[in-house]
Amino acid sequence: MDKFFNAVRLDENLCKGCINCIKRCPTGAIRVRNGKAVITKKFCIDCGECIRICPHHAKLPFYDPISILEDYEYTVALPAPSLYGQFNNLDDINIVLTALKRMGFDDVYEVSGAAELVSEMSRQYIEENQDKWPIISSACPSVVRLIRVRFPNLIEHLLPILAPIDLAATLAREKAMKETGLPSEKIGIIFISPCPAKVSAVRTPLGIEKSDVDGVLAIKDVYPRLLPLMKEVEASGNIEELSISGKIGISWGGTGGEAGGLLTDSYLAADGIENVIRVLEDLEDQKIGTLEFIELNACNGGCVGGVLTVENPFVARVKIKRLRKYMPVARNHMDSKKGPISDKKVIKIESSKTNGYWTEEIKYEPVFKLGVNMQESIAMISKVEELCERFPGLDCGSCGAPTCKALAEDVVRGVASEKDCIHILREFIHKISDEISMLDNHNKGVKHSSHKEEM
Amino acid sequence: MSDQIELTYQVSADDFTRAGEASSDVKSKLKKMGVNPEIVRKVAISMYEGEINMVIHADGGTIKVIISPTEITMILEDHGPGIEDIEKAMQAGYSTAPDNIRSLGFGAGMGLPNMKKYSDEMKIETKLGVGTKVTMKVFIR
Repeated sequence: MDKFFNAVRLDENLCKGCINCIKRCPTGAIRVRNGKAVITKKFCIDCGECIRICPHHAKLPFYDPISILEDYEYTVALPAPSLYGQFNNLDDINIVLTALKRMGFDDVYEVSGAAELVSEMSRQYIEENQDKWPIISSACPSVVRLIRVRFPNLIEHLLPILAPIDLAATLAREKAMKETGLPSEKIGIIFISPCPAKVSAVRTPLGIEKSDVDGVLAIKDVYPRLLPLMKEVEASGNIEELSISGKIGISWGGTGGEAGGLLTDSYLAADGIENVIRVLEDLEDQKIGTLEFIELNACNGGCVGGVLTVENPFVARVKIKRLRKYMPVARNHMDSKKGPISDKKVIKIESSKTNGYWTEEIKYEPVFKLGVNMQESIAMISKVEELCERFPGLDCGSCGAPTCKALAEDVVRGVASEKDCIHILREFIHKISDEISMLDNHNKGVKHSSHKEEM
Repeated sequence: MSDQIELTYQVSADDFTRAGEASSDVKSKLKKMGVNPEIVRKVAISMYEGEINMVIHADGGTIKVIISPTEITMILEDHGPGIEDIEKAMQAGYSTAPDNIRSLGFGAGMGLPNMKKYSDEMKIETKLGVGTKVTMKVFIR
């Protein structure tokens, strides 16, 4: 599988070749070529900004259709905590979970349950690895992908623990296999996701060899089906006790939730991809003082801000806050090392397949590199500087690149021409037309003189 | 084809919002050149500290950066007050930054020590009332 898979597709018929997406892309991955937006896959980090900004809806998130349920004999829904923030006046998560079963799933396993385990493991990891402070959260796949291509010095700070969804998937699969006796391939572990970045994370995982997630559905696709079913469930009074999570798990749905579960004040939580980049730049330059943890989410508001959600992210966060009010702090623990667990509702987790830690190393991918060696790089950067001097510096986007500098780099890479710049082209045309008129005047002069001769 | 690239940056005085622009630009260029990340980090940190020093102490100045295949040279030149006691200035925690600067979280007295720590070679030429020139080198190999 291609290590630079990404979960954004283009509908060529809808793309008008405007410059909205190229300007918004935080990694400069998009160009307009021949009137259509083209993504350079290795630069894309799946942040979803182009999907959000495209006024023509030509950028499409890539995920699975609901019909994927038919591919498996037994299916388990893994709802993201952000799903709970989508509904008005929801008092009991079990209504959502029961409705998911009525929708066609055989069982549900809350991602927020696994998130509590990740929180617990993170607390321990942070305590034991002070030399790696600040630890950077690795739950947002866009952030991990961004660090992989742009912040090599920060890779060692990444929390090497499975994202809640991946841990949930492994635990859900083990549970399903045990309960049904079915072989693994007949069980479908289906994530109900707020963002398409999770599709890439499943298809080309980082940190783990293979994800246990079989399919990724969009919250926005599931939402309209759940609404009538939730009404039915509530009216019937047959609400199943399916929820396994507490406050800490549910809070992961919004910014600050993950950090909140660490029970320390020594953290910062940033959201929105541009803000995330700023924090990472400052972190790399050691401009940020000692902190234990840095939570980063590519979307504004955290996962509730994902492009596959329905509700305004800020409203969704309020709803989650309301929902968790009377919930226990946490209900999931990795094992019983810390003494007997008295709360009857606490779920003990043991897995034979994972200890919750990453198994694969994350390697720096210098995708933005110019030149194969230092000599060539110096020559190329010098040429970029020289071109930037000549370009007008308007960053108008007419050439199909987001900035003059980006065009200069494209020219140096050999994928664009200087004359793609309409200002350079205009100068060129002026020069040609001057030459033509000079030639024309010259011809007139010749005619004139020949006329004289005839006289 | 020249085998080195020379970059010049003007650092403006008292503008903390822009401090760090020059080192960020150099950092991004070095990354694009595929320079070892650890070396990029050394350059970015030592240059940023120098840049901040120029903003705090010296009414700004000029930074010249020369990148060759074997080394990165940073020449920071200002027409500030000069450094009275280099030995003291090199001590960790020693600072002459005024209180208003300290209240911004700068002036912790780690500027010059960090510049020395993260560069492979550092030379300071200073004259009271005339200015300071700091030359730092980070070797690539």
